[in-house]
Amino acid sequence: MLEVSKLIQGDKRTAAKIITLIENDEPGKHELLSQIYPYTGRAHVIGVTGAPGAGKSSLTDELIKQARKNNLKVGVIAVDPTSPISGGALLGDRIRMQEHALDKNVFIRSMGTRGCLGGLARATKDVIKVLDAYGCQVVLIETVGVGQSELDIMHYADTTLVVLTPEAGDHIQTIKAGIMEIADIFVVNKADLGNTKKMITDIEQMLDMSPRFKNGWRPPVLITSTLTQEGIAELWSTIGHHLASTSASGEHQEVVRKRLAMEVMEMVEENLRNALWNYFTVKNNLTELIDQLADRHTDPYSEAQKFVREISDKIFGKEH
Amino acid sequence: MARKIRVLVAKPGLDGHDRGARVIARALRDAGMEVVYTGLHQTPEQIVEAAIQEDVDVVGLSILSGAHMTLFPRVCELLKENDAGDIVVIGGGTIPEADVKTLKEGGWAAQLFTPGTTIETIVDWINANVKVN
Ligand code: B12
Ligand SMILES: Nc1nc2c(ncn2[C@@H]2O[C@H](COP(=O)(O)OP(=O)(O)OP(=O)(O)O)[C@@H](O)[C@H]2O)c(=O)[nH]1
Ligand SMILES: [Mg+2]
Repeated sequence: MLEVSKLIQGDKRTAAKIITLIENDEPGKHELLSQIYPYTGRAHVIGVTGAPGAGKSSLTDELIKQARKNNLKVGVIAVDPTSPISGGALLGDRIRMQEHALDKNVFIRSMGTRGCLGGLARATKDVIKVLDAYGCQVVLIETVGVGQSELDIMHYADTTLVVLTPEAGDHIQTIKAGIMEIADIFVVNKADLGNTKKMITDIEQMLDMSPRFKNGWRPPVLITSTLTQEGIAELWSTIGHHLASTSASGEHQEVVRKRLAMEVMEMVEENLRNALWNYFTVKNNLTELIDQLADRHTDPYSEAQKFVREISDKIFGKEH
Repeated sequence: MARKIRVLVAKPGLDGHDRGARVIARALRDAGMEVVYTGLHQTPEQIVEAAIQEDVDVVGLSILSGAHMTLFPRVCELLKENDAGDIVVIGGGTIPEADVKTLKEGGWAAQLFTPGTTIETIVDWINANVKVN
């Protein structure tokens, strides 16, 4: 039996088992999450995204070290792609973080995307809550290596890092439409490998043209190397500064409120969709209906409209 | 959502032969499993910690160094100490027949696959012997 009280007390095995249950959408998930909810909202959630191989895992490892130096308990969610063909996944981000395996105040969990296309796993937002309630003051999320449209992290992280490399300079035009817009901090990693000047200029120019940053937080561009440790301490302090600054201006609270609104809306949608579809299958003989659709005796448009009209008549009355 | 088998593939000790572990990790992914690979030079303690945090169903050790007679028992003991004795321990590598017998009879490994074993044999064994839920 999984007990939320044990999670709150910091029982590792309970945390791990609850995450599995949530990831698999097993019965009891919603009850557990609503029990967990009161203990959440405390962790600083930091997203690490960027192109494949840019150094996301290596940087996450460095950030774990920084957090531990400050005596903070850390949770990590490392997401790798699930193969759409086999349904399996090779979860390899952990390799770069294994030195923390024996640290009681570091909990690392690897997840496959399992069909979710936004660069994260579908259960990510709930797993953040589990780690938050487990007592992690910092939750680091490494997304899959992203291109342009895997932007889900912006909805869940308080601070989002977009990791680039000096060689990526040529591509900045093509990626700026996507992940470039969600950065709170730009990190040009692998500074030891090449000239970072062009990359920095490109990003700064792009920011100059963006109306979004006229007031409020303008994403700084930081240079790092996980090899030489250059810029790592500065990155850590900038992450803290971002949360402090956006909290002081009220921007952070606004983002959190929007996130909550979106979350409850998504829950309503999901529950409603399931409930309505159940009702639909009770009201209609699905096999028969599909036969009729296949024979072109009726069409999905009319059937859907008929059903929705009937439901809304019931809820809102005929005059509606 | 259907529950997937989660496997930790680990290389304990100073053994640098990682080809087999990589081949197995990829093969199990292609068989629809979620495979956490932790890389080279892991201590039994690190392996067991990772297995617990990742809540895997199977721990697979790849050992070509000859140290299997100490590493398999150590990992099993640590799992039990951590109340995780339900995790199935399997492995592979260059393990002589006599040692395979001793390890299996002693309950230190549920199954061992020596060089030349086909991927199919390994995948079938896991699917048949690892119950999820
Ligand atoms: C390739 C190889 C190397 C490569 C390794 C490259 C790499 N990155 O992996 C190099 C050249 C680097 C190397 C170096 C050495 N090697 Co070497 N090497 C081999 C060789 C020829 C093949 C191993 C291999 O890759 N096989 C292919 C893979 C796919 O097979 P596999 O690992 O056996 O995996 C299969 C099964 O065992 C099983 N399996 C394996 N792991 C797992 C895990 C799980 C979970 C499961 C389910 C199944 C499973 O499934 C696989 C498919 O059937 C073997 C000889 C042999 N016939 O095994 C010697 C061998 C392993 N090496 C040996 C030695 C001694 C060394 C060195 C010490 C030599 C030296 N004096 O420097 C060094 C040590 C390196 C180190 N740091 O550890 C000895 C080990 C003796 C022992 N166990 O006591 C062997 C057996 C050669 C011998 N007959 O003496 N080696
Ligand atoms: N030279 C140099 N190499 C680095 C640096 N940071 C990471 N690397 C190397 O870049 C490669 C990829 O690093 P990872 O940290 O795995 O990158 P990633 O973004 O997590 O990769 P994926 O998760 O596969 O998308 C590894 O070989 C690292 O050792 C750095 O600052 N300098
Ligand atoms: Mg990575």
